[in-house]
Amino acid sequence: MPYIPLEDHLPGITGLLEYRKDTAAPIRELTQILLRGESTLTEGERELIATIVSHRNSCRFCTAAHTAAADILLGETESTAQVKADHHSAPLSEKMKCLLTIAAQTQESGKAVTTQAVQEAKDAGATDLEIHDTVLIAALFCLYNRYVDGLATVAPSDPGFYEGLGKRLKDNGYNRLPQGYDHLKK
Amino acid sequence: MPHIDFKNDFPGIRSAMAYRPETAEPMGVLAELLLRDDEGMSRADRELIGTYVSHLNDCFYCNYSHGAIACIYLGGDEELVNQVREDFTKAAISEKLKSLLNIARKVQQSGKAVLAEDIADAKTAGASDRDIHDTVLIAAAFCMFNRYVDGLATVTPTDMSSYPKRAMQIVENGYGSHVFKNKQPA
Repeated sequence: MPYIPLEDHLPGITGLLEYRKDTAAPIRELTQILLRGESTLTEGERELIATIVSHRNSCRFCTAAHTAAADILLGETESTAQVKADHHSAPLSEKMKCLLTIAAQTQESGKAVTTQAVQEAKDAGATDLEIHDTVLIAALFCLYNRYVDGLATVAPSDPGFYEGLGKRLKDNGYNRLPQGYDHLKK
Repeated sequence: MPHIDFKNDFPGIRSAMAYRPETAEPMGVLAELLLRDDEGMSRADRELIGTYVSHLNDCFYCNYSHGAIACIYLGGDEELVNQVREDFTKAAISEKLKSLLNIARKVQQSGKAVLAEDIADAKTAGASDRDIHDTVLIAAAFCMFNRYVDGLATVTPTDMSSYPKRAMQIVENGYGSHVFKNKQPA
């Protein structure tokens, strides 16, 4: 049960973003820019960064949600499965594997990001902006994962919930729906 | 040396924000909403939480930047800021703030580390739901800011006399893009 009163029909992060809408607005905007804005990384690749960090933070809700979004965007499920098991063996470009290493290091600590990992990413073709965005996406999910679990929000056990959420993240991104979320009440 | 070429010589987070103003904007708005608000917790309390989490994340730039801001709000009581860093349980602060710093300490480790008893202790000490929410989100936000600053190896000023000057800029003008658009305080 959540530590603060949240609406029953809005599990995980979704209830928190409705609890304090003023702080939710910049969090949503930052996420929309980083995960859906113009980028040389695909939306699916950026969702993989969210997935690996959430998985390493053991955040069930965020891991399931971003796995679902990545699976839909990539049109396959092998990448997310491999990223969570061992991203070095995932069916991804060398550049993407290097960026996932930087994301994994950022999850541990900012200080854990090594010059070597950054150099390997650059050697594999990563630009400064891609490295910047990888670190910031990973850092942002360290915020989200702690927000979601630190207030003990509910993570639904029904896989269908995350398929629906993943589809919503693909179709609408991270902006608040203009009509709100009352239509999700059962 | 920074991991990427920021194309500016600002210190700490300011260099990363100046490099990508589009993502800096919502981060500034979030900091302003969470840290410059007097509802339930004072601005000093909020900055002490940010300072303490940055201390635990070993992020020197954020630790001393926010410590200097807290110090100004506390009327120059640097000793109190140091007590919070070293052992907040012995600091001359309210039981409520101690219980909230305990929650922040858990959030820094992992969202899952926050236990129902930590929340119950805070409520007994007079914390509201909103105080608990804000504490978790401030701590989570600093887990993002700290990783952003150190994950890109931004420059940490060694001249300690520069920290109170930048802190005064924030106290006077708040968080926002002025920190990297205006001339740095000499």
